[in-house]
Amino acid sequence: MNDLMNVVDWSRAQFALTAMYHWLFVPLTIGLSLIIAIMETIYVRTRDERWKGITKFWMTLFGINFACGVATGLILEFEFGTNWSNYSWFVGDIFGAPLAIEGILAFFMESTFIAVMFFGWKKFSRGFHLAATWLTALGICLSALWILIANAWMQNPVGMEFDPSQMRNVMDDFWAVALNPVAINKFFHAVTSGWTLGGVFVVGVSSWLLWRKSNIVAARKSMKVGAWVGLAGIILTIWTGDGSAVQVAKVQPMKLAAMEGLYRGKCGQELVGFGLLNTDKRPYDGQDAINYEISIPKGLSILANHDANSFVPGIEDLLDGISVDANGDTINTISYAERITIGREAQDALRAYNEAEQRGDRQAMDSAATLLKEKYEFFGYGYLDSPEQAIPPVALTFYSFRIMVIIGGYLLAFFAAILLISYRRTHFLEKSWIHWIAILSIPLVWVCSQAGWIVAEVGRQPWTIQDVLPVNAAISDISSTSVQITFWMFAVLFTLLLIAEISIMLRQIGKSAKTNIENPDK
Amino acid sequence: MIKTGPYPYIAHKITSIWKFYSDGFRHMTVGKKLWTIIIIKLILIFAVIKLLFFPDLLDSRYATDSERAAAVRQALIEKRI
Repeated sequence: MNDLMNVVDWSRAQFALTAMYHWLFVPLTIGLSLIIAIMETIYVRTRDERWKGITKFWMTLFGINFACGVATGLILEFEFGTNWSNYSWFVGDIFGAPLAIEGILAFFMESTFIAVMFFGWKKFSRGFHLAATWLTALGICLSALWILIANAWMQNPVGMEFDPSQMRNVMDDFWAVALNPVAINKFFHAVTSGWTLGGVFVVGVSSWLLWRKSNIVAARKSMKVGAWVGLAGIILTIWTGDGSAVQVAKVQPMKLAAMEGLYRGKCGQELVGFGLLNTDKRPYDGQDAINYEISIPKGLSILANHDANSFVPGIEDLLDGISVDANGDTINTISYAERITIGREAQDALRAYNEAEQRGDRQAMDSAATLLKEKYEFFGYGYLDSPEQAIPPVALTFYSFRIMVIIGGYLLAFFAAILLISYRRTHFLEKSWIHWIAILSIPLVWVCSQAGWIVAEVGRQPWTIQDVLPVNAAISDISSTSVQITFWMFAVLFTLLLIAEISIMLRQIGKSAKTNIENPDK
Repeated sequence: MIKTGPYPYIAHKITSIWKFYSDGFRHMTVGKKLWTIIIIKLILIFAVIKLLFFPDLLDSRYATDSERAAAVRQALIEKRI
């Protein structure tokens, strides 16, 4: 048992490490692709060659980031096959199509249009080149779409039927999977967060140029574009974040309860703006969950259900079987203890199916398959020893959510201020403290972006597939030693690669201070 | 009259595309360093990491899909015990 938990924890740590490393590059690719498309559009419309120079400058940085991010996502797929083989097989029919489409789109669309973008300035018309730049941005978004559809299915498994003979969830409704409400919201939230990050990056680097008193006109022009994209990005991110909360309240209420450190809910539930969790708090012990808090009255009811007086269940409510339905009405549903019983009945049915198959007893197989289908909804609960094992890590989910929201709020003010300064109070653009606020916002937005994924994925625990497959069942039969070895190997490799990649980026940005961005040929 | 088929046209197009990419790569500046990183990364990922450390367990241990399904079924049953 100890080795199983070690394998689970090391495999989770390894996946988290590789996913977070991958996510260092993806949002900047998404954001910069849009920003350079806008800049090139300005160039084509105005025929002002200075905008061509500006576009090419940011395009180079886009290329560096894109190259650094290449293949970082592939390692995640390797881990599916080695560390998470049960899970990989279990979801194969659902993941296969989206990941195949993502791979095909990424390779053909992006490699074609990125080549035109970088190699085709002198070989194609302005219009054709501009179209290639926009299609690159679109291709990047479409790649992200399919991965996010796959991830959304883990959060809200729909459009499938489990086949015990194949031991796979077989997709029986492609559109249910593709148009999963969680997927749609997640896609727009992830993409707009990429625009936000790209906006901060452009504003931050432009500020550095201003601080160095280099390429001042190009920096100010870039800053305006970056700030507009960033402002649109953060507003849409906040709006889709609200949508995410509504979806989480419907399909993953335990995640929402963990995000809020909420153990006993009520109607008109307040939203904790900030608080310090009681680290000794356990379910049903009567202790306060949060020691010091600043809360917004009725805020969580509004966030979760868009109804100030609606009930939001806490962790203990959910364990007891008190929840809300899709309409936001409080309902008595199945307690987690009962879910464990049902889950075990489903697993007994699977065992019966297995034994019947070995005997060649077709009738018994069909009977077991029918029973399994009836109980499948809570199949994963059968692996839990107690209802409390269904609670995600509350502290990590709670604080990550606050980090994301607080930085998100800061970024809204940040972009508004940058635009005000850029258009109306331009003398502030000469102030060093403004430059350094912008520069230091660059790492901050990355923290925000990563925190969002921590909320999504840690809040999902213990499930790899919500309610259907927990992590301890999804894991492969391998030793924890092998996982530890590859974990540390990745830690070292990623650190070295990251240092190399950041240094190339910084060197390129540094070079720009000594060149004329607007007229690079002069 | 000399008949020209589709093949010379296709060959010309393929040649043009090849020239486009080869000219582009030849004139790269920052890109050359980036491509070096990409190639090193791809070699590390596929030739070292994937081959030595990340075999697909089910593919390597079992020959057919029904064997893999049986193995996963057995594993999921045993995880409950």
